[in-house]
Amino acid sequence: MDHASTTPMAPEVIEAMKTAFVETFGNASSLHQPGLAARGALEEAREGVAGLIGAKAEEVYFTSGGTESDNFAIKGVALRNRDRGRHIITTSIEHPAVLEPCRYLEQQGFEVTYLPVTKEGLVEVDVLESVIRKDTILISMMHANNEIGTIQPIAEAGSIARDRGIAFHTDAVQTVGKIPAKVDDLGVDLLSVSSHKLHGPKGVGALYIREGTNIEPMMLGGGHERGMRSGTENVPGIVGLAAAADLAGRNLEGDMTHLAGMRDRLAEFVLVRVKDSWVNGSRTRRLPNNLNLGFSYIEGEALLLRLDAEGIAVSTGSACSSKKTVASHVLTAIGLRPEEAHGSLRITLGRENTDEEVDFVARAIVDVAEKLLAMSPFRRS
Amino acid sequence: MSNLGYTEKVLDHFRNPRNPGRIEDADVTTKVGSAACGDMVQLYLKVNPDTEVIEDIKFESFGCAANIASTSATTELAKGKTLEEAKKVHFKDVVEELGGLPKHKVHCAMLATSGLKAAIMKYEAKRGKRTVDEDFVKRMMTGVLDPAKGLNIVAAKRVDRIEVEGKKVRVVLSKDLDDDTRATMAEDILSALTGLDLEVSVE
Repeated sequence: MDHASTTPMAPEVIEAMKTAFVETFGNASSLHQPGLAARGALEEAREGVAGLIGAKAEEVYFTSGGTESDNFAIKGVALRNRDRGRHIITTSIEHPAVLEPCRYLEQQGFEVTYLPVTKEGLVEVDVLESVIRKDTILISMMHANNEIGTIQPIAEAGSIARDRGIAFHTDAVQTVGKIPAKVDDLGVDLLSVSSHKLHGPKGVGALYIREGTNIEPMMLGGGHERGMRSGTENVPGIVGLAAAADLAGRNLEGDMTHLAGMRDRLAEFVLVRVKDSWVNGSRTRRLPNNLNLGFSYIEGEALLLRLDAEGIAVSTGSACSSKKTVASHVLTAIGLRPEEAHGSLRITLGRENTDEEVDFVARAIVDVAEKLLAMSPFRRS
Repeated sequence: MSNLGYTEKVLDHFRNPRNPGRIEDADVTTKVGSAACGDMVQLYLKVNPDTEVIEDIKFESFGCAANIASTSATTELAKGKTLEEAKKVHFKDVVEELGGLPKHKVHCAMLATSGLKAAIMKYEAKRGKRTVDEDFVKRMMTGVLDPAKGLNIVAAKRVDRIEVEGKKVRVVLSKDLDDDTRATMAEDILSALTGLDLEVSVE
């Protein structure tokens, strides 16, 4: 119930990787037969990943994961275009893998505008338009939020970016393989992918870079990935990502219906039974597998630990669950008061979850919420 | 690995809290902490007026596992003790009782024991055994938290002045607070001093 954190590897992925470990262990840069076999597997995988996002194979660059892809896109574009301008636009609810490179660039003399979002977590396109400057060189806006699942108007923002000749990046770590995410439909120049969020292995990801985008290499060295990301390719991992992409692409429609059905069933069950509970984020523009519930008068870490004792793994935006003393930046950005942000619970479903599991979880959440409410000082009989 | 760095004892107190709930005819009740911090407890005490023994104690909590476990352990340590003995329950006793707390959660034990001390002092004030003066009010203010700093409002230097004249108490908060924080703090201050038959104003 925590698939936005990570997903179990699909059996098909494990099989594909086993084969890759045994048969294509060669260095893809070598000119002998084992090397050529590895090269073949690598390029086939590139075609596969490109297919899922509607890109050309040569526009896909393999990385170590979503964080590296975000760093690559943001730092790479900013540094290469610093003579054209030093203004970057992003949103206040991005993943730290985007926010931290932006903060780093601020220290390097760049200016960053962090767009506010609505109560549902949506960026307003006219607000984006109003903050664009002559020296804006990059816009980075996540496709869907990892905490509240809100899907941003990427295509609209993309067309604005294109009209102004500004490079446009989207962190699609939560969407690739979950909802349609084709680079031309979205109008993006750069798109980050993570393998382990779509039933692939950890330690692998990809960055889509549209042909003609000005960007610095991520790693310097032996010239791998067409000079953009040096380092001997992790062929088994990349093969695993491609197998996961293939599986996700084939099952996309069915998975979406299955996931959204379970999500709504879970929401309805809890909302009608627990007083003062609500859904954080948008009910309509939402990832099919994400549910973020808010509870008044209950603290999220207590909820999480009680559910964990029942064998249910979920996540919370409460400050108490981390070493930080502040509540989630996403929940405060959508206007929740700190005490409301404390009572948040994120449930993210995966394709292997069943209706029976969802019913079990729904009952457990209601039960635990009632127990904690009974001992809350805010309870009013 | 234990969950979030909690010991088995913490998890036990969290899952099976001792003395949860409220006492409807409590002799004294006190609320400490802040909802904005996600760390708040309310204690209810029933005290034998002759022996001064805490005969019953219950708590309600809005907080994390450490908050619930710390308060649960505190009530266990206080129950059956005289007020004088219970005053000496130190946060370190609670941490020890729980077999340790993660460093960033020790403040939960401090909140629970400061709540107990505040409740006892309030009881003494109600019984006329303690005069309500500036020092007393200041001690009560240590149960109110500043969400921005995660400290009590006295330690966070949010209280500029306390004036007490008979039943009139005036608390002056620092000028650099925004209106929202000020309003929440004022509410918490009033609830910290409630039940003492005082006229409290917060500026």
